[in-house]
Amino acid sequence: MTTISHDFKRVFVWEAPVRLFHWINVLAILTLAATGIIIGNPPAIMSGAEATNQYWFGINRYIHFISAYILTFNMLYRMFWSYMGNKYANWKQFFPYNKKGIKNTLFVLKHHVLLQNEKVYDFRKNIIGHNPIAAISYSLLFILMLIQIFTGFGLYADNSTWFFPKLFAWVPSFLGGDMNTRLIHHITTWGFIIFTIIHVYLAMWHDWLEGRGEISSMFGGYKFIRKERLKKEEEKND
Amino acid sequence: MNAAKNKQDTYYESIIKNGFSRRDFMTFTAFMAAYMGYETSSIAQIANALKTTPRLPIIWEHYQECTCCSESFIRTDHPIAANIILDKVSLDYTLTLMAASGHQAEAAKKATMEKYKGEYILCVEGSVPLGEEGVFCCIAGKTALEQLKEAAAGAKAIIAWGSCASNGCVQSSKPNPTNATPIHKIITDKPIIRVPGCPPIGEVMAGVIVHVIAFGKLPELDRQGRPKAFYAKRVHDSCYRRPYFDAGLFVEEFDDENAKKGYCLYKVGCKGPVTYNSCGTMKWNNGVSYPIQSGHGCFGCSEDNFWDNGPIYERLTNVPGFGIEANADKVGMVAAGVVAGAAVGHAIASKMSKRKELKERIVSGKDLEKQVE
Ligand code: SF4
Repeated sequence: MTTISHDFKRVFVWEAPVRLFHWINVLAILTLAATGIIIGNPPAIMSGAEATNQYWFGINRYIHFISAYILTFNMLYRMFWSYMGNKYANWKQFFPYNKKGIKNTLFVLKHHVLLQNEKVYDFRKNIIGHNPIAAISYSLLFILMLIQIFTGFGLYADNSTWFFPKLFAWVPSFLGGDMNTRLIHHITTWGFIIFTIIHVYLAMWHDWLEGRGEISSMFGGYKFIRKERLKKEEEKND
Repeated sequence: MNAAKNKQDTYYESIIKNGFSRRDFMTFTAFMAAYMGYETSSIAQIANALKTTPRLPIIWEHYQECTCCSESFIRTDHPIAANIILDKVSLDYTLTLMAASGHQAEAAKKATMEKYKGEYILCVEGSVPLGEEGVFCCIAGKTALEQLKEAAAGAKAIIAWGSCASNGCVQSSKPNPTNATPIHKIITDKPIIRVPGCPPIGEVMAGVIVHVIAFGKLPELDRQGRPKAFYAKRVHDSCYRRPYFDAGLFVEEFDDENAKKGYCLYKVGCKGPVTYNSCGTMKWNNGVSYPIQSGHGCFGCSEDNFWDNGPIYERLTNVPGFGIEANADKVGMVAAGVVAGAAVGHAIASKMSKRKELKERIVSGKDLEKQVE
């Protein structure tokens, strides 16, 4: 163990489009959840002003709808990038699709989630891009986003003349009416809140325990990898 | 058959025979065109159709229902609608309104079914119980299911009146002891117009019937089989309290100051935002009022399974499978709390379990720190 150097190298992992997607998504989800909860249960704001001079609830809904569009097109853009970007951005990253992936998944489950210690610490097992459990959680988030997009635009379709929301007009009748659709939309919001708690906690956890720049990587794009690791990979590649 | 039909009066003839004037007739036509949302040029078209087409025989069945649909219909704005279309001219069979009863009534129905096979319109009020072989609703010694199948076989089209016939209404709410079933789940080979509502607005019913008889075809229907002219908009989108909604001014309780001021009823459970109907524009009882105008939230009577869709006087909906008291937000908050707690637990456990790894890093980090110039 003592033989491992502490000589870390900066590796470019997250390309700008990935980082941009991430932060736009953060803003969109936070805004949507906040405005959505207000729509679901508006606070009692007492005001002496005439209704004609007030429009805060309308504006709140307006922000919700705009954020929904941003979230949707941001997601489409990320899907596009999963074909264009580097290997860490590739769509294959999001599923443990081969033996190595499954092995990595089990490794993360054992040592990060269930907190077992390796007999001999092996830095080669450090994961550079998404760790597989995190990747699965992102796939789940993706599904949650799809649910919100379908139910949300489904409810919105009747207010719109644009073709895009109209694409989802069939959703409420498919789900047995607006009431059910609204309920599903409402419950799924909590999925995002729970995801955010877990996601932020684990990002901090990795940064704290491993010290490889987990959190700053989403700003700058770089993670830190031990020098030896690079050599080995280079040799392997040769 | 044509010869038989030719002997039939046209709508116009029967209206005049019943003592109405031509002016009454034209007023009625204009009313109907307005209900259906047509431009003025179609008034002539409707008037013409009613003058030339022989009356369409109608069989009106009653199964598991409360007759509120019929009640609503006979109170439509214009007397001709109820009087002529249903009461005197067209209705060959309806057990609540017809003069005949018992065997005579059944005979009249049979005669219509045979004489106008493939021609008549079948109107159904009420759901059909399928449980226990349908014994929960029997008419003239037959179950509702047998009656419906028999009547539907020769019908040109079926109009499912009200929430009972179009989605089951209260008798099909959980646990649905009689297995009450809406019409479209039983009859699948006929065009069906669903006109939900508990009851539907009388003018809407008249509009649907007049459309069918005047144009000889079904009105344009939406995905759920409802006439678009009346069910394309949410109550919320035509509600006169909508400005209060957008301004965020809500009734908090039914007896508060805001209720007196007529603010939006959203927070006391109004289902206007999820309900498709024309109440906001047509209103009820000759345009006098409608629930929201009377200070009570819309409770979504024209939506599928509205009885099972959570509390009437609350915004938040119960989460299925979590007991009566658990609404979505309570469940969500508890889940988020549990997850946050688990994260804290995980952090503490990490600190203990990974202490060697952490210590090593801290030691080497401090060593390096000493080397910093
Ligand atoms: S009272 Fe009901 S339908 Fe009217 S604006 Fe408020 S929520 Fe919408």
